[in-house]
Amino acid sequence: MTTLADAWAWLTDPAHWAGDDGIGHRLLQHLVLTVGCLVISCLIALPVALVLGHLGKGGALAVNISNAGRAVPTFAVLVLLLLTPVGGWGEGPAVVALVLFAVPPLLTNAYVGMREVDRGVVRAARGMGMAGRQMLFHVELPLSLPMVLNGVRIAAVQLVATATIAALAGGGGLGRIITAGFNLASTPQVVAGAILVAVFALIVEGLFALAERLAPVRTRGSR
Amino acid sequence: MPPNDCLARNEWICGAYLTSRRQILLDAVGQHLRLTAVSVLIGLAIAVPLAVLARRRRWSAGPVLGVTTILYSIPSLAMFSLLLPLYGLSATLVVAGLVLYSLTLLVRNILAGLRAVPDETRQAARGMGYGPIRLLLTVELPLALPAAMAGLRIATVSAVSLVTVGAIVGFGGLGNLIYAGMNTYFKAQVLTASVLCVVIAVAADLLLLGAQRLLTPWTRAAWS
Repeated sequence: MTTLADAWAWLTDPAHWAGDDGIGHRLLQHLVLTVGCLVISCLIALPVALVLGHLGKGGALAVNISNAGRAVPTFAVLVLLLLTPVGGWGEGPAVVALVLFAVPPLLTNAYVGMREVDRGVVRAARGMGMAGRQMLFHVELPLSLPMVLNGVRIAAVQLVATATIAALAGGGGLGRIITAGFNLASTPQVVAGAILVAVFALIVEGLFALAERLAPVRTRGSR
Repeated sequence: MPPNDCLARNEWICGAYLTSRRQILLDAVGQHLRLTAVSVLIGLAIAVPLAVLARRRRWSAGPVLGVTTILYSIPSLAMFSLLLPLYGLSATLVVAGLVLYSLTLLVRNILAGLRAVPDETRQAARGMGYGPIRLLLTVELPLALPAAMAGLRIATVSAVSLVTVGAIVGFGGLGNLIYAGMNTYFKAQVLTASVLCVVIAVAADLLLLGAQRLLTPWTRAAWS
């Protein structure tokens, strides 16, 4: 209990919020890193997954890439990148690693979502004379949206976690409060940093749960 | 004259590293395997009763799944840090963190497996005079095995990769070597340890797949 009180005292100390190492700056770094990398990952993964899903090709790749992503430790990838020339560009290793780990869940979920669209509906659309592009944007994409969004949620949670580990390899973000706490042997600071990260992750998860609830009934998962 | 081997040149791939640091590598692999195995086994021991409870008492399914999902969305580094006041800098801390992660994956999959047991099968067993315990042990759990094994494989592979983060408290198996290699820019050590992590994960996955095939011979006909 005293640890929690100490952590709370650490968190509420205004001196710990200001400056480049302060909570405010770290929070902003974490937010920019996760949101920026989520946008980049979506731009890379979603078009590929939607086209592959529409054409019905490359399924084995799209599904297995998620399993492969799980077997590779995030921390190892971050350190490997740090030791390559990428390590020279400031947040380079963190950005590359974050995107690498966010792409697989996006790809797999969007692809599976596209393939799970009722083939009868797709054939009906084709029978109505819809072109491939119209089918993709007006039939398949709206129907697969719940799965696509589920992939975005998994990727976002993964990004928050990876951005935290990036601090171990010298990246910025909230994880730095934790690693600095370990270096100072300050349990209150470690716990305070961990609470910040956990709350950040749960808010991200909560926002997606809320978005799912607010989404039109049509796009809600019916399973 | 300083030696001019691949260690001195700090190359990524280095045979001399493997021979000269053999014992260090073996120790790290041993720690990695122990941490993974202990956490997954404890996770399994907690997950099975939780999943059975969630199946039998309908009201408990929501809270059980909710809590494990919340635990799963907490980043690993933060999880280990939150456990620091409880366990200090110890291997127990890493195990406790990994147990909490594997719980989510295991409970979800075992519960899905139990729910997928056809009602007719359960009723038939009850009609044959099976009590609730015998029903669970000889009908429901075996039928849930394929789904449970799928969860076990995911949990094990994730645990192998998450052990590396334990390097922050000095108990990260191969992660310790990666961490030390990062601080000294020792390329061969970082690459070797990273590759070994992936090898362990793939080997564990294949081993569990083999075990699943042996344990569930009735599903094999559908595969071949």
